[in-house]
Amino acid sequence: MTEKRITIVEKILDANDRLAKENRQRLDNANIYAINLMASPGAGKTSFILATIKALLEEKVQIGVIEGDTAPVTIDADKINAAGMPAVQINTGGECHLDAVMIENALDQLPLDSLDLVVVENVGNLICPAAFNLGTHCNILIASVPEGDDKPYKYPNIYRGLDVLIINKTDLLPYLDFDMDYFRQGVEMLNPGLETFALSCKTGEGLDGWLAWLKSKLQ
Amino acid sequence: MHELSVTESVLGIACKHAEKAKAARVTDIYLVIGQLSSIIDESVKFYWDIISKETLCENAKLHFERVPAELVCLDCEHQYHLENELIPCPKCSSARIRVLSGDEFHLESIEIQR
Repeated sequence: MTEKRITIVEKILDANDRLAKENRQRLDNANIYAINLMASPGAGKTSFILATIKALLEEKVQIGVIEGDTAPVTIDADKINAAGMPAVQINTGGECHLDAVMIENALDQLPLDSLDLVVVENVGNLICPAAFNLGTHCNILIASVPEGDDKPYKYPNIYRGLDVLIINKTDLLPYLDFDMDYFRQGVEMLNPGLETFALSCKTGEGLDGWLAWLKSKLQ
Repeated sequence: MHELSVTESVLGIACKHAEKAKAARVTDIYLVIGQLSSIIDESVKFYWDIISKETLCENAKLHFERVPAELVCLDCEHQYHLENELIPCPKCSSARIRVLSGDEFHLESIEIQR
């Protein structure tokens, strides 16, 4: 019996990263822009998607939605279908995040040829989704103001990987002790110059800026 | 937490390289994990004992090398260590900082018998 040390130096999530690249290729081939939407539970992911769908329907943009949930409930997917867009529900079976394999399977179930935009609604969680590339073009976090202004300081990783930050429920600001400067300082430390849109899905205030940005990506 | 997915990936990588090296068994696995990778060692070990059964890696010992998160201030170049919570530069209070280390997340090496 001989003993030997073998040097490997391989990224632990390398297999996921490789599959994410394949997903990206597939999306690019179908000329689809895809976004990975992350947030805490209750931050307003589904409301945000519905508000976005409603606005883009007028522009004849075709949107597919991939819904990640830890349990087999179809409440979110039902709402998307009711808005007239195809939705695929992924039940992660208790897993705290979506990964590239789940997205690959979900893409199989969407009519890719007729879509312009795919929105992936990740599992509500600020830790795990940050570690797994899906192959989407854009990572978006919805931070809602009732969650508090300290979240960038407590969950630095998810902020570091973002392309866009949505600050939601701004209509509640008068009722909360949310220090916007403190919040934005934390974001700036982690992700300087991050594209940020403050809005309220409930009142519609601020949605225009986000929609204009998204439309510019779809052209 | 996503320790199960991570543990499965570690097992997959270790077995792949052990087979390539025609190993009879893997005795040790060395992981390098940065402070910013939110992984709990104990939880990985717990899953490891379960999923490594009846593989080349059964009873292999997991070693974790933790890499601390180091930050550098882009204004005064002061380097500091990230404790529990993110803070601006302790020297000049600038919020313009960059992460130097702490993102590491890889399988460094394995020890095999054959």
